[in-house]
Amino acid sequence: MLRLEKRASPSAYWQAATPILAVILTMIAGGIMFALLGKNPVDAMRTIFLDPLFNPQFASYSRPQLLVKAGPLILIAIGLSLGFRAGIWNIGAEGQYIMGALAGAAVGLAYYPTEAWYIFPLMVIAGALGGWAWAMIPAILRSRFHTNEILVSLLLVYVAENILASMSIGLLRNPEGGGFPGSRNLSQYPAAANPELIAGTGMHWGVAAAFIAVIFAYILLQRHILGFHIKLAGQAPRAARFAGVNPGALVILCFGISGALAGLAGVFEVAGPAGKISIDFNVGYGFTAIIVAFLGRLNPIGILLAGLLMALTYIGGELAQFMLGLPAAAIQAFQGMLLFFLLAVDVLSNYRIRLGAPKVVKS
Amino acid sequence: MTELLKVENVTKAYPGVVANADVSFSIQRGEIHALLGENGAGKSTLVKMIYGLVRPDKGQMTLLGQPFAPAEPRAARAAGVGMVFQHFSLFEALDVAENVALGMENPPPMKTLAARIRKVSEDYGLPLDPARRVGDLSAGERQRVEIIRCLLQDPKLLIMDEPTSVLTPQEVAILFRTLRQLAAEGTAILYISHKLEEIRTLCDEATILRRGRVVATCTPRERSAREMAELMVGTTLTPPARRNRPLGAVALEVIGLSVASPIPFGTSLKDVSLRVARGEVLGIAGVAGNGQDELLLALSGEVKAPRDAVRIDGKGVGDQGPNARRALGLVSAPEERLGHAAAPDMSLVENALLSGVVRKGLTKRGFIDWAATRIFAEGIVKDFDVRTPGTHVAARALSGGNLQKFVVGRELSQSPGIIVINQPTWGVDAAAAASIRQAILDRASDGAAVVVISQDLDELLEVADSFAALNEGRLTPPRPVEGLTVDEIGLMMGGAHGMEVAHHAH
Repeated sequence: MLRLEKRASPSAYWQAATPILAVILTMIAGGIMFALLGKNPVDAMRTIFLDPLFNPQFASYSRPQLLVKAGPLILIAIGLSLGFRAGIWNIGAEGQYIMGALAGAAVGLAYYPTEAWYIFPLMVIAGALGGWAWAMIPAILRSRFHTNEILVSLLLVYVAENILASMSIGLLRNPEGGGFPGSRNLSQYPAAANPELIAGTGMHWGVAAAFIAVIFAYILLQRHILGFHIKLAGQAPRAARFAGVNPGALVILCFGISGALAGLAGVFEVAGPAGKISIDFNVGYGFTAIIVAFLGRLNPIGILLAGLLMALTYIGGELAQFMLGLPAAAIQAFQGMLLFFLLAVDVLSNYRIRLGAPKVVKS
Repeated sequence: MTELLKVENVTKAYPGVVANADVSFSIQRGEIHALLGENGAGKSTLVKMIYGLVRPDKGQMTLLGQPFAPAEPRAARAAGVGMVFQHFSLFEALDVAENVALGMENPPPMKTLAARIRKVSEDYGLPLDPARRVGDLSAGERQRVEIIRCLLQDPKLLIMDEPTSVLTPQEVAILFRTLRQLAAEGTAILYISHKLEEIRTLCDEATILRRGRVVATCTPRERSAREMAELMVGTTLTPPARRNRPLGAVALEVIGLSVASPIPFGTSLKDVSLRVARGEVLGIAGVAGNGQDELLLALSGEVKAPRDAVRIDGKGVGDQGPNARRALGLVSAPEERLGHAAAPDMSLVENALLSGVVRKGLTKRGFIDWAATRIFAEGIVKDFDVRTPGTHVAARALSGGNLQKFVVGRELSQSPGIIVINQPTWGVDAAAAASIRQAILDRASDGAAVVVISQDLDELLEVADSFAALNEGRLTPPRPVEGLTVDEIGLMMGGAHGMEVAHHAH
């Protein structure tokens, strides 16, 4: 008989090992699924995990995509993880990402076609402020009126999507675009563009910002009293009050940081890889970042790795769809398995598995 | 008398600890039998086995000559065993009759049940109105709901787990009368407690447990409380030394403090006033749930009040949070260790930082000095004899008593000017309790003003210079401890709650 036995202290070893175990289990279960679909599982795994980086034919295109996709995921997930640690659930990063992109793009487009060094920095500031302001709505509603921040932040995503649609056919539409929806292409407007910094790597300012955010979050959580209070509020809310934490202020702070970082991700995306505001500008980074945050165990370094891994499965998944003819649903199921196994094996960090019936301990 | 329950060589082990080892004892019909031991001696595990909550690893039990091995509490109840737990399982939003019905296998119609509750409560002198909402009842009245729930099933054996910890002395007297009446009618009572004087007045026989083993059986009336205590603890005890302390200036002053309780069904504080001078220990008694938690929150700063309702050294701090008050010298230790005074999953080092950061200066421009924090935590562990493999372990890995030592030690190690502490020795063994009390008295000698809130009257009388009681959120005017009688204390605590059910007014 298998039994679970609670550990006296959480195991540091298993906390580090569970993500790796989850990836291995996902590969096994996913391999079985691919085999049942009539595909060679080894080929599928190689296509998903190795070909994007090493295939001589595709790697030159897909390798830079790794950072392009991982950048916004990491940037948003870092912000979300702070709130999640404090028990503050911002589920609306997708909306904050959109509003950041809109605010940043609007500033850039307002200066068009002026060429000046300060335009891009202003856009970045506007993007952060846009995401921050959008996040302040659920934050203030929660701290003032005790509304549920999960619902409010989530529903505001759909509001933001409608604003995005209205902007791309209205206020921000390209006047020279022949009536098609969508704004001017910012990546072709040098003062506002967020170009690839090192050719062939996918590295742009957003990726740099993501790395900086990882470092700052790490220091905050390890060394700063504010990070300690964030962790404390999540683990033991009453102990946090005893330690002098003001819960309302913490909500505002965590939503503010995550909103601003999501907004930054949005502005870097709209000025770089996406290039312009369009109706389908957002592709779900804000939601996927939630998975990345948990996959990385809400730990900055973990999130960095999880963001890269998640980006890899996206790129590799696309590649597998088109190389092996795997259905898109199978790829999504594969990604779902990853989260499922991660949460399932998480139990090992707080419990140990014992075989057999409870034994009498001799004193 | 005939033998009702016989327990033979019962053993129960949990990973890493043997809760009961070869325990044997027996109870006769109509006998009030005490189960005596310190926290962690194995009393709870033993009665849980009798009540079917835990299954023994070895050994057997017989009830009225029949083998008795209840697989679940329902089976135990069917066999005639009832239990009143220390922590009540009642729904506060429901009325008394509804709560009783919820605990029965086949509840009769509500009207019949209400009539039966009334009859049983009158027969046994436990006044209780079946239509009242449990949320409005005092702890003593809630206990009566639990007792009546058991009595309605005509138990042959009634187990009472620390029943008097929530009662005033007058309520204890009522309870004892009821228990004696039950015993006279043939019901056996297994009475768990560590309060020796109670056991001496009430119980016929006693079984004393220490570290899971039966170390003695005795007839409590023939032994002194001290003898039984030493059997229970296994060593001789010395009461804390009191030094004569000159009182200094008033350090903590509370004037007309009224705050709403942040706790659901909590008790709001109503017009509380007190003054504590440097070197003085003010003891605050009261039955659980009469505003003790709220008073601690209001003094620590977790609940805010008008600025001048709370003053430290004459300075209004009512609107200040905990850290501002810590900076002025006030430290506090809440009753609940896990989740309030300490974060369960954090290490002892992190928990030392939790409330020590302000007074010990453990941060520089917001950055944590982990090395200094570790030294602080290690100092607490050493000075207060906290048994732990190290300061890296999570708070939840410590036993209740050890964590209590750590939490109290953390506050007392911050050279405080004012100490506010709720239930300082709750769940701590006698020797450790004595050392915590001594540490509190030492701080007072060094000039700290101390407020000790406790439900243990003996403890308060031992450490306090002046004495007040909380009753439904109101604080009686403090009086000097010297010359107080138990009767007077009982009246300060509100007498017997609900003795006159008809004109009980809120």
